[in-house]
Amino acid sequence: MPSLPDMMTPDAETLARATGKGEAVAPATGTPEHDLFTGLTRLGDNTLILGHRVSEWCGHAPVLEEDIALANVALDLIGQTQLWLGLAGSVEGCGRSADDLAFQRDTWHFSNLLLVERPNRDFGHTLMRQFLFDAWHQPMLKALEESSDARIAEIAAKAGKEVAYHLERSADLVIRLGDGTEESHARMQDALERLWSWAGEAFIGDDIDHRLAQAGVMPAPESLRPVWDATISEVLAEATLKAPETTFAHTGGKLGRHTEHLGHILCTMQWLQRAYPGATW
Amino acid sequence: MSSEWPLWEVFIRGQHGLNHRHVGSLHAPDAEMAIRHARDVYTRRNEGVSIWVVKSGDIAASSPSEKGPLFDPSNDKVYRHPTFYDIPDEVGHM
Repeated sequence: MPSLPDMMTPDAETLARATGKGEAVAPATGTPEHDLFTGLTRLGDNTLILGHRVSEWCGHAPVLEEDIALANVALDLIGQTQLWLGLAGSVEGCGRSADDLAFQRDTWHFSNLLLVERPNRDFGHTLMRQFLFDAWHQPMLKALEESSDARIAEIAAKAGKEVAYHLERSADLVIRLGDGTEESHARMQDALERLWSWAGEAFIGDDIDHRLAQAGVMPAPESLRPVWDATISEVLAEATLKAPETTFAHTGGKLGRHTEHLGHILCTMQWLQRAYPGATW
Repeated sequence: MSSEWPLWEVFIRGQHGLNHRHVGSLHAPDAEMAIRHARDVYTRRNEGVSIWVVKSGDIAASSPSEKGPLFDPSNDKVYRHPTFYDIPDEVGHM
């Protein structure tokens, strides 16, 4: 008969299993290493899930030029994912690669914002989601360039150039479509209303965020709100679109509590690695 | 949708000091979007440092039917090619 679980040590089972096999143990919750790992997976999961979402347009965009432009954005985001999750894996110290983290975790281990798992719907909705994200992503990376962790600052500097273009592009298209025809305006206004309550999560910090901010590793989520608000109101005004009054924000993504959509994304994204573990070509 | 957008010709300068070269064409509603599209379609592999776009309709082109009078007369004038003197090695690539 197995002995009763040890009530005093959290994760005793994992610890015992790892020790038995001589495996490295992941940093315990609350340690600076665990905070850093969480902060990095939050970044990498955002770019991974949004990158995958945008890649779903490949071959389906309204015109060839936009198809390629969307694929470029998706590839930029996946490239950034490799850097963020690669660093997360090395911080964790259990030998997990970026691919392991991307393809071998289940929904509750993903910590992306709920916004990025929203379905694509139409082209306008996809662009509105991109714009709401880019308007946060760009100042986020800018702040990360000042990170006390040189590895983070380096990735942020590289990604920042790509994302500056993403924001320029998505803002421009939101303006063109919002201030376009009656049909395009209506679709953009509808997209804005559908997505609005999913955008606020990015600015709500938890204990991990605040410890990381205190250590100068990552900015406090709340600190990015004024820049985001300014970008949003400027672009929406030019696009003749009106943001909903509500400040309600759906939350949970950062803690692994996701909408039903993430599971479906992972089914598509992970099936090959799950059916043929370790497959390469 | 693309049929409503005009066609643009795209010219990319690959390196400083080289000329812009025609690389292809694309559809876009205006010049600004044409440059964005050109960036996304034609400079994905680090091909360029500068992009020109021009509406295809604004290009005046020679007509294929005039090919004879335009180009044939230069066919037999080999003396126009600078091949009748030796270039010293020191001059290098010309």
